[in-house]
Amino acid sequence: MKFYDALGLEPKLALDLDDLKKRFYDRSRQWHPDRFSRANSEEKQRSEEMTSMLNDAFRTLRDPVSRAEYFLRESGLELPKDAPPELLEEVFELNMALEELRGGDESARGQLVSAQERFAAMMGDADASLAGLFAHYDEKPERAMLDQIRATLNRRKYVSNLLRDVEKELNVHSAN
Amino acid sequence: MSTLQIDFGHAKPRIVGIDLGTTNSLAAVMDLTGPRILSGIVPSVVSVTESGEVIAGAEAREMLITHPERTVYSVKRLMGRGVGDVQEELKLFPFHVVEGSESVLKLQLGDKVMTPPEVSAYVLRKLKEDAEEVLGAEVTQAVITVPAYFNDAQRQATKDAGRIAGLEVLRLVNEPTAAALAYGLDKRKEGLVAVYDFGGGTFDISILRLHDGIFEVLATNGDTHLGGDDIDNLLLNIALEDIQSEWGEDVSGNAGLVQLLRRAVIQAKEALSFAPAAMIDLEYGPRTYQREIDVQLFNRLIEPIIERTLRPCRNCIKDAAITVEQINETVMVGGSTRIPLVRSAVERLFRKRPHTELNPDEVVALGAAVQAGILGGEVEDKLLLDVTPLSLGIETMGGLMSKLIHRNSTIPASETELFTTAVDGQTNVLIHVLQGERELVKDCRSLARFDLKEIEPMIAGMARIQVRFLIDANGILNVTAKDLRTGKEHSMDVKPSYGLTDDQVEAMILESYDKAEEDFKERQLREARIEADAILGAVDKAKEDEAYQALAEDERSTIDRAINELRLAYHSDDHLLIRDQIEKLNQATMALAEAIMNEAVGKALKGTNVNAQ
Ligand SMILES: Nc1ncnc2c1ncn2[C@@H]1O[C@H](COP(=O)(O)OP(=O)(O)O)[C@@H](O)[C@H]1O
Ligand SMILES: [Mg+2]
Repeated sequence: MKFYDALGLEPKLALDLDDLKKRFYDRSRQWHPDRFSRANSEEKQRSEEMTSMLNDAFRTLRDPVSRAEYFLRESGLELPKDAPPELLEEVFELNMALEELRGGDESARGQLVSAQERFAAMMGDADASLAGLFAHYDEKPERAMLDQIRATLNRRKYVSNLLRDVEKELNVHSAN
Repeated sequence: MSTLQIDFGHAKPRIVGIDLGTTNSLAAVMDLTGPRILSGIVPSVVSVTESGEVIAGAEAREMLITHPERTVYSVKRLMGRGVGDVQEELKLFPFHVVEGSESVLKLQLGDKVMTPPEVSAYVLRKLKEDAEEVLGAEVTQAVITVPAYFNDAQRQATKDAGRIAGLEVLRLVNEPTAAALAYGLDKRKEGLVAVYDFGGGTFDISILRLHDGIFEVLATNGDTHLGGDDIDNLLLNIALEDIQSEWGEDVSGNAGLVQLLRRAVIQAKEALSFAPAAMIDLEYGPRTYQREIDVQLFNRLIEPIIERTLRPCRNCIKDAAITVEQINETVMVGGSTRIPLVRSAVERLFRKRPHTELNPDEVVALGAAVQAGILGGEVEDKLLLDVTPLSLGIETMGGLMSKLIHRNSTIPASETELFTTAVDGQTNVLIHVLQGERELVKDCRSLARFDLKEIEPMIAGMARIQVRFLIDANGILNVTAKDLRTGKEHSMDVKPSYGLTDDQVEAMILESYDKAEEDFKERQLREARIEADAILGAVDKAKEDEAYQALAEDERSTIDRAINELRLAYHSDDHLLIRDQIEKLNQATMALAEAIMNEAVGKALKGTNVNAQ
């Protein structure tokens, strides 16, 4: 996987962030275009290619979620876009509460605040289980594990969207 | 005759760092001991005299009063912009825009028509000449600073200005980042720094992570149309209204008076940073206008402007994915940060007393010089990793913008997209490249249209052209296309939405190049002749000394020969030849000079003895 290659890493899902940063900084020092301002155009181009790849790689790999998404894509797995069925009921109620608040019904606020807390906790859970799954897969790379990671990512993404919507609505109405 | 200077050696040409500001510009260079300012501040003002000569700097600033309609200031606000963008500001400027220029503004100054990059080039040329004077060598390469929030067109326009001025622009550096470099904050091995840069025309905020000499920009935000100018305009409007009611006359159409009033207003504003009240004081012929402004009123006026700087700060903190408590240091840059209310607002937001040790007018140029040192190889322990301030994308179906490179991505950053044809036999594909954060194309900034042309006619969807979008270390977009079927580069036409085409820049370079080159040669020649005059005069005098008579015959004839050769060289137009002959004459008269010196010392000593008796 080219992003791992760029940083001289084995393709693993769990990464040590300090090590990742160090690799990124060391390689940037070596390859940044600033170091090639008096070089010929071929070398300059190579430096640009190396650094833009390094920058992409670091940006993608330093965040566990974008790293896992990249890893899945490179492993030939597409990310699903459907709503996780287990959340359907939750979403239904949330939409009602959102409607109520928009309509000026302040009593919905409490419900939204507790939804906000619940979603934040769900995000935390998802992050924790991702970390666990990463370690498992790195130890024993099984396809089934990737599927689980994929499902967890999907759920996390969905919850994060819900959280964003709730926060937006709460902010808008507290601003008024 | 010449002063010795510690130098990195003459083999390598010096790269100068230039702060090309809205109000003032300044050049600096990297020495062994650190960055150093070269000569003085150059006001970013350009004027065309009645005889058609173009002047820049302090002289041109005087023309603002006497010839406002042929004098440009704050041209940085017009860089990389179209006529539609700047209607509001044009109302406030005394000079005129030539009709019919949509993608490039053209300004009418006397009988000259100039684009903003050409105007800026005159300021740069002035800086270049001043720098050459101080360094005693030609300057051809530069690092120029730009507001971090400048878009692609504004950056390109700045680079064009450099090229027109005869400077190879090795790098555009973001102003707040340059300031961080100048502050030497990397003495702290690790940490987070916020740079708040509030100048004459622009506002920038950047948050950086420092790590062992690496300055990594995490996020940047700003407003390329917010600065001290806006404060001036508020005060100016008050004064104009006052005058209307006092004099019973609307004077806003009188450009000379307005400029005089603007100057008075700026004086009062700047004084208010250090005093509880200040006077706007105007004398125009027999008429006068005076008005005291106190700090309370001033603060009330500028509060909304300061508030407009705080929102980008908050967004920047959010984008950097940090909390305000994590920021270790705050740095203040730009003349408008001298305003106490600005300082206290920044202190309140960042909960830290900001750094104000370095002169806010100089810090950006000093940082540019450090970056010049990095590029020149003299500074090895520092490295800047900057980001692109705006997302880059392309137009897709339905007038939507599809993002390819997100804002705050470390640059250089690149992305590739595969393009193909939609109908059978289609021979070209048009790509519309945009910059901005909004979803709709019409809310984003159009950068350019790329036409992938001369595609071999084939069935729809068969063509495979890979286009690579690269934002380079200057924050400028480079686009290349490759035909994946042939593996060859695919040609395309580029039509920038704003700014000059390459051909236009080339033409402007040609136009100015001969002249600039000539200017430098002439100056070199003039200086060499002055030096020759000096040494010839000195030798003539020395020949009257007894020490000359005491020289051996052949020594005297060597001197005479050297004198004659220098006189001959004097009339050539080769300054190097003159300098060679000066050096030869110097050598030939070494013994003579020593003898005269000894004689003088001897006399002086005798004199002391006499006095002592
Ligand atoms: N003492 C001061 N108080 C308030 N504003 C000041 C003071 N000194 C300079 N300024 C303002 O700072 C601006 C120029 O700042 P500068 O950093 O040189 O800007 P730029 O980089 O845009 O040219 C002008 O608007 C000027 O009036
Ligand atoms: Mg500035």
